[in-house]
Amino acid sequence: MKTFSHLHENLLQGKFVVTGECGPPRGANKAVIDKKISLLKGYVDAVNVTDNQTAIVRMSSIAASAHLVAAGLEPVMQMVVRDRNRIAIQSDIMGAYSLGIRNILCLSGDHQKFGSQPDAMNVFDIDSVNLVRTVRDMREKGKDMSGFVLDVAPQMFIGAAANPFADPFEYRVIRLAKKIDAGVDFIQTQCIYNIDRFKEWIKRANDEGLTERVYILGGVTPLRSAGMARYMNNKVAGMDVPSDIIKRMDGIGKKNQADEGIKICLETIEVLKELTGVHGVHIMAIEWEEAVAKIVEQAGLK
Amino acid sequence: MITASQKPINEIIELVEPYKKVLILGCGTCVKTCFSGGEDEVAVLASALRLSFKKMVRSIEIEELTIERQCENEFIQEASSGIARNDAVLSLACGAGVQALAKQFLKEVVLPGLNTTFIGIQESPGIFTEECSGCGNCSLAIFGGICPVTRCAKKLLNGPCGGSQKGFCEIDPDTHCAWHLIIERLTTLGQMDNLKTYIPPKNWNTSLSGGPRKLIREDHII
Repeated sequence: MKTFSHLHENLLQGKFVVTGECGPPRGANKAVIDKKISLLKGYVDAVNVTDNQTAIVRMSSIAASAHLVAAGLEPVMQMVVRDRNRIAIQSDIMGAYSLGIRNILCLSGDHQKFGSQPDAMNVFDIDSVNLVRTVRDMREKGKDMSGFVLDVAPQMFIGAAANPFADPFEYRVIRLAKKIDAGVDFIQTQCIYNIDRFKEWIKRANDEGLTERVYILGGVTPLRSAGMARYMNNKVAGMDVPSDIIKRMDGIGKKNQADEGIKICLETIEVLKELTGVHGVHIMAIEWEEAVAKIVEQAGLK
Repeated sequence: MITASQKPINEIIELVEPYKKVLILGCGTCVKTCFSGGEDEVAVLASALRLSFKKMVRSIEIEELTIERQCENEFIQEASSGIARNDAVLSLACGAGVQALAKQFLKEVVLPGLNTTFIGIQESPGIFTEECSGCGNCSLAIFGGICPVTRCAKKLLNGPCGGSQKGFCEIDPDTHCAWHLIIERLTTLGQMDNLKTYIPPKNWNTSLSGGPRKLIREDHII
């Protein structure tokens, strides 16, 4: 079978994969990327490069991904439909492929209201399901959205997000099926703290036979402090941090909270490893890339 | 209806300041219904302006008139003598009304007194909500009569984003998630299968992306 990227190859071989995350800098400083590369390289199979996450303007995901390619670390280029119409989207996918980028994560994108420039106009010309389909059609049919046959068509391994913690819960599995039908190869989930709800979601996905058609990487984010746990629960859209996790963090002295956060993260990974239908873990150590090596080593995933 | 809200009084003062005689022209249809441009609002605004100019020790003559609809030439004619008597018209109509006046009275100054907001309804007394974007290609039949193009902050056509929680939208805890409403309604109607259907990229050609739109009714062209 043809493989589209190393991440794809690892998943095909049945490896429990690890992906990390690299947020590009608010500026043109390549050194920031280089530092994150040095912290992640050797510990993860691929690294998501975020696309103006939380609608804050940063170095482009394509450029930062290209820096990763040059450094020999495989990127998963994130692309949101918030800022580009279908013309720009297709053009950027072609450009990204020409730069050696082989994985793409198709997202709607955080609303600009949360960002540094809420006065901006958003685009949302196509939705994330149609973005998945667009990349798939380029790969499978060699055509752009107009049906034009491309000279060299991008052949990317296609990812999308799923949030088992958003409502309405009943619809979350239908939406997952829709993304799979559109052509998604792998899913990275929202950060998992509410394990019971995640188990219920994956059970339904298993029952529907969906996990045989897509690779699921469970999302984890190590908590650095009790304050962060509360902030994520209250302020971050679509996030569910159960009160027992917040209590547990609260019960630890400030100095040791970060260690406790890593401990919780490791416990979650242990659960994920045993769950049918979970094929890997996506570690989003937000501006805390140092934690990734520790987590990967202690989880025995290196 | 088309909803609108009155511009802040200071902005209106700045707009009318260069003129000695101003006609405040109300519109008796949509903007009257949303309490921003009918007879009552014309009267209140006229008093406020007179008072403000008096305080500034400046003189201004303000005339008041409200016509049925500023977007129809037939009604606009009723305002022609009033417009002729004044230096400027402050229109309390939607943007279509303001422009209809400007088209009819080529040499007169027409100023907007309202900010036009959206096509909507009065959901409950005093609360108006946006319902339609006039995209030119209505899909309400598949979405149970709830429009995701207008009411989803991301115009998503294939289901809710990850930010929908407890029925509300991530951008504002007071805004219902359109997708939550769609799912509830289609569940009630027994039409959830509609949502399993893949919805292709929308053709925006019929919306504003195709440039200013025209509706042509050959049977009514004289």
